Amino acid sequence: MIEVELRVNGTAHRVELDPRVSLLDALREQLGLTGTKKGCNQGACGACTVLVDGDRIAACLALAVQYGGREITTIEGVAHPLQRAFVRTDGLQCGYCTPGQICSALGMLAEADAGMPSAVTEHLAEPRVTLSSAEVRERMSGNLCRCGAYNGITDAIREVAGARPGVSS
Amino acid sequence: MRPFEYVSAPDVATAVRAISDAPGAKLLGGGTNLVDLMRQDVERPTTVVDISGVPLTGVDELPDGGLRIGALVRNSRLAAHPVVRARFPVLAQALLSGASGQLRNMATVGGNLLQRTRCLYFVDASAACNKREPGSGCDAVGGFHRGGAVLGASEHCIATHPSDMAVALAALDAVVEVESVRGTRRVPLVELHRLPGDTPHRETELEPDELITAVEVPASTAAATSRYRKVRDRASFAFALVSVAAAIDVQDGAVAAVRIALGGVAAKPWRAYEAERVLTGARATEAVFREAAEAELAGAVGLPGNEFKIELARRTIVATLRQLRVEGGAA
Repeated sequence: MIEVELRVNGTAHRVELDPRVSLLDALREQLGLTGTKKGCNQGACGACTVLVDGDRIAACLALAVQYGGREITTIEGVAHPLQRAFVRTDGLQCGYCTPGQICSALGMLAEADAGMPSAVTEHLAEPRVTLSSAEVRERMSGNLCRCGAYNGITDAIREVAGARPGVSS
Repeated sequence: MRPFEYVSAPDVATAVRAISDAPGAKLLGGGTNLVDLMRQDVERPTTVVDISGVPLTGVDELPDGGLRIGALVRNSRLAAHPVVRARFPVLAQALLSGASGQLRNMATVGGNLLQRTRCLYFVDASAACNKREPGSGCDAVGGFHRGGAVLGASEHCIATHPSDMAVALAALDAVVEVESVRGTRRVPLVELHRLPGDTPHRETELEPDELITAVEVPASTAAATSRYRKVRDRASFAFALVSVAAAIDVQDGAVAAVRIALGGVAAKPWRAYEAERVLTGARATEAVFREAAEAELAGAVGLPGNEFKIELARRTIVATLRQLRVEGGAA
């Protein structure tokens, strides 16, 4: 067992971990933060997306021992207009993928703010990102929604993106 | 997942000593491939050496205009780097077409190069696979092999290398820097990965105790007009059926310099030397592009489930060159 300090949503937790434990399982089973969901458990579905120092990652492929001392944000630590936008646009049906969608979208908006291009960005050297529907869909391709609420999800994200300085929709 | 000893290495010296001291050790970077394969019981390291805290995270410009990329630079950071976007667009595009936003934030440059094939029978510990279990046979040859290789494969293995980034780096003449307790050495990227032959379990030229520390990309006149074109079963978050990384310098309608590499078709990023030979010095016309593509795929061998890749590869080469000719202003 290895002792690690996990800093989650502004609170530090000292936990004893088997090094095999994923960040996802540590959050859910040891810290009781079950908002982060386990879907495929192999990095394909995005349900386990959390933010680490602001970057979105798949917590199922992260060994918890690697993330000691980092600032981890889960859905329990998020209060953002994007959540209301998801409700308004019907960006969910069953809701299982929603915590991952929200965390992923917040990470994605920060990437866009920083001018990061995507695979569909036409002019790579352009420092300003325009979050068209195609851009949002490409950038959110790591989050699956088996209810198929993609139109609402895309609308919610573009609505929030358009209200921000520096990013246009 | 089987138990393992976890070692966190703060620097290169500690990391190379740890993998040298523990046969059966594996290096852990972003974990996107290794953690998954350990969970599937495909990878069974006795020791995991975590190098995610080793400070190999710089992207530095070299005096000649090239780039030196630290092995632990995250894929997303490298793709977003202003110099990569402006001078090596093929590399930025290849990185951005791989995996998803979450995985690109985790995956490292070194890990991307050393990731394992996604062949269905390799990742299924109950299937026959000469790569995973030498001598056990290959279930892919008579099975579902849509993703399988058409160039450089053998009867023992038809696995493909899954990296997009490596295909761009192969076209850019990148060199990999490697460290071990014996010192430092440099390996051209096109020589890093091996073709399967009858030893598909030996995937690279690296020794088990060697650590990739950096990748260097030399300056090139062709790189400014370069592109990565990826053909896959979904528009996003899928591995390539065929991909083409190409860079071309057209002067007065003739090809002054050209670099092409193919992905999704072989056990390694496939540098298209035959196509380059046909193109170099020739007119940059559609007919010559097709002739070059034909020359490169002349030795391709398909199976019922993947022979479509041969014509797909030819057409993707032609389409990529055609697009670059327009972008380079030589249309």
